[in-house]
Amino acid sequence: MRAAPAFPRRFAGRCVSDAAVIVTCSVLAACATPPPGGSHPAAHPAAGSHRTADSGSLWLDRITFGIDSQSVAAYRRLGRAGFLDQQFDPDPHPLPPAIAGQIATLEVEHLDAAQELIAINEENKRINGLADPAAKQAARKSLNDRGNRLAYEAARRLLLEAVYSRDQLREQMVWFWLNHFSVFQGKANLRWLVADYEARAIRPRALGHFRDLVMATLAHPAMLQYLDNAQNAAGHVNENYARELMELHTLGVTGGYTQKDVQELARVLTGVGVAGGTPAHLKRELEGFYRRDGAMEFNPARHDFGAKTLLGVPITAQGYAEIEQAVDRLIATPACAQFVSRKLAMYFVADQPPEALIKRLATTFHRTDGDITAMLRELIRSPEFEASLGTKFRDPFHFVVGSIRLAYEGRPILNTHPVVNWLNGLGEPLFGHQTPEGYPLTESGWASSGQMSRRFEIARAIGSGSAGLFEPEDGVAKISAGFPRLSSRTYYEELEPRLSATTLAALDQATSQQEWNTLLLASPELNYR
Amino acid sequence: MNRREILIAGGGLAASLARRRVAFAAPASGPRFLLVFLRGGYDCANVVVPVSSPFYYEARPNIAIAKPVREDPATALALDADWALAPALRPTIGSLYTAGQAAFVPFAGTDDLSRSHFETQDSIELGQPLQGSRDFRSGFLARLNGVLGDGRPIAFTDALPLCLRGRVDVPNISLRNVGKPTFDDRQAHLLKSMFEGHHLEPAVADGLELRATVAREMDTEMQDANRGAVTTKGFELEAERVGRLMRDQYRIGFLDVGGWDTHVNEGGAQGALAANVESLGRGLHVFSQTLGAEWHNTVVVVLSEFGRTFHENGNRGTDHGHGSVHWVLGGSIAGGRMAGEQVRVARSTLLQDRDYPVLNDYRGVLGGLFRRLWGLSPAQLEQVFPGAPPLDLKLI
Repeated sequence: MRAAPAFPRRFAGRCVSDAAVIVTCSVLAACATPPPGGSHPAAHPAAGSHRTADSGSLWLDRITFGIDSQSVAAYRRLGRAGFLDQQFDPDPHPLPPAIAGQIATLEVEHLDAAQELIAINEENKRINGLADPAAKQAARKSLNDRGNRLAYEAARRLLLEAVYSRDQLREQMVWFWLNHFSVFQGKANLRWLVADYEARAIRPRALGHFRDLVMATLAHPAMLQYLDNAQNAAGHVNENYARELMELHTLGVTGGYTQKDVQELARVLTGVGVAGGTPAHLKRELEGFYRRDGAMEFNPARHDFGAKTLLGVPITAQGYAEIEQAVDRLIATPACAQFVSRKLAMYFVADQPPEALIKRLATTFHRTDGDITAMLRELIRSPEFEASLGTKFRDPFHFVVGSIRLAYEGRPILNTHPVVNWLNGLGEPLFGHQTPEGYPLTESGWASSGQMSRRFEIARAIGSGSAGLFEPEDGVAKISAGFPRLSSRTYYEELEPRLSATTLAALDQATSQQEWNTLLLASPELNYR
Repeated sequence: MNRREILIAGGGLAASLARRRVAFAAPASGPRFLLVFLRGGYDCANVVVPVSSPFYYEARPNIAIAKPVREDPATALALDADWALAPALRPTIGSLYTAGQAAFVPFAGTDDLSRSHFETQDSIELGQPLQGSRDFRSGFLARLNGVLGDGRPIAFTDALPLCLRGRVDVPNISLRNVGKPTFDDRQAHLLKSMFEGHHLEPAVADGLELRATVAREMDTEMQDANRGAVTTKGFELEAERVGRLMRDQYRIGFLDVGGWDTHVNEGGAQGALAANVESLGRGLHVFSQTLGAEWHNTVVVVLSEFGRTFHENGNRGTDHGHGSVHWVLGGSIAGGRMAGEQVRVARSTLLQDRDYPVLNDYRGVLGGLFRRLWGLSPAQLEQVFPGAPPLDLKLI
């Protein structure tokens, strides 16, 4: 065990004795699966000498958004298998009371997407009818402000849950699926809808079955508006969503579908749109096909009932059932199992995941009817997962959330504006990817020189405590937060043993706690998970 | 780290060290190239206006730009018998054109007919043949940098654009809003030291160094402002900063400008598009002045992923189209003229009764310029734009 650097001993005041460190290390080692010998790539060539035989804290760093004292304590209490079981067992109250209380006060918690859309339409009508230009402008601004506020609340809630939830793996999957089924808040009325999309379409199914996610996103007004299926009707076909449903959501661009399949699937999807205020007036023979679910409306008068063929096989169902049949057919292809498996492995294992692992995951996908929990269990217990620990570059969201977790140890943030701004600055805003392919999951998308230097600046904002995270957003009370003490017990027990000699040497030269914090958060080791 | 990664890291390190060595040397004279990407598909027909075409005025009853009126500086500037430059550009790009330092290549662009912003921007930035699979780690400016050895490239953007992704690390920094430097030299050194031997070392070193360089440039800005110089803002200020870095340190630059997707209320001689293009013109004019004598060694190409529909739509805007107009600017170019292949602008010559055809492939236009700027061999050009022969537009 390396001696602690001079500086944190002097200033931190929370050092633990070496004896305690040794005891806990052995506990972690006991839970660890031994890493397979030889072949695994080191994240950092200089780090090899400091990689401990114990991969417990690296494992925990991958399962969660990043270790903190609470997750370490839970891991020690439950062991690796127990910790994982708990991650798959949803806790009805996964948030600390202070955070749950903050979230309960948000307007998005009490919003109904269907009603909200009707209200926006009515407000727009009222505004268009206003004669006075000044009043018109003021009303537009007020409507617009509300949209911005709701979209911010959606980001705030998601951030708080990512940082503080006990169910870290679920939180990681919520982000993953939001990215897979990406929507952009800047389009149409999406600012009013993204909170509902996250909470009602994605979150409840994040560890469930893939098909349910496809159907839930398909029928959500956020997706219907974002990819224009709300405009897709017989005789006025819009292919946008049909194309992306295959290219980005299920099959992948090389998944074997043709332009003709895009056109046919678009016809299948005609009539799926956003419900207006009153149900459509229908001919008698169509009434039985009408369907409404929340803000989604299937209007048979807009649906193309003609014969269709998808992936070489006729569609035999009629009406909304065509859509279910088409989605089932897409999901049953080997291409879909491969596509989803590869993406999951890119997220959790490597930028270029091993083909053997993808194959096993795809088999599990088939066998379990797309059960995401089963796939994750398979993935996490794979030797490829173990071998990759510490080598996956943190995208900005993982970097920011992980840094806050480590630095502030569960202390409730009161102001998430700085965090939202950091994510904007790093190019990964929540609900902010304009195009439907979502953010890259690979290092090359995030590690350019300009992005690295900006990342260091954020490390400094977190490490020096200067960002105002603990000042309430209403600006009433100014609270002096001080800076975090990253030279904590968690650091000595879990992080220091895996730092390279060069990182440790730099930390030794820090001249203040804030600078030491900044360097630690900026270090190569903390840029990987 | 596998062998390939080591090779990439090694290459990046070498390039980065080379860059650092020259960074503080006296600025050497030599060719410079800036690519300005207008993201969103700018409506070229309302910027370089086909004024001799009656069909233009038919197709755009509400947003057309009027024919030039001699001696009236408020109207469009006649470029030749067929084309005129939007009034918003008259004082800036118009004056460069009059001085022979600007040219336009109409009917330019790509064969990519997806009319999708993302698809087309990507395919242009990669500059690879449309058939076959794409390599997203090989942009054409990165390949140009490769054949030049070290072309001293830089992207003036938040993230590294596809165009400059490749085997070596290329620095990037947005100069839109530049804050005070966050780290002093000692801290920057400590940060860099942690990444010694790591494959991100070049990116980290470049990023910190560039930040410091920009901070020094900002000092100059402040001093100039204190001496009472006219302060610029917005895109002009950004372009001035870009100009200083291109003058003093970098040779291949990439910059993007957004806000061109004018589906609604585009405007004509005045309005949304005119305001955006005016700001662009001012910025590029400031850029040309900032370069000083090096402007004569510099070529700027302005392009966009596609043109727009030739007809205005029901919302007094235009939708995604195809052929575009490239701009070529430079202190020593043989400008003051329209370049490249052309057809008469009429309904019968539109592609799919919708938009301009592409007669001048962007890779040919750029390849032809690169060949003359750096004296590239056919083999080198083939590496930059595989399968796309250079066009000789006789601009350099």
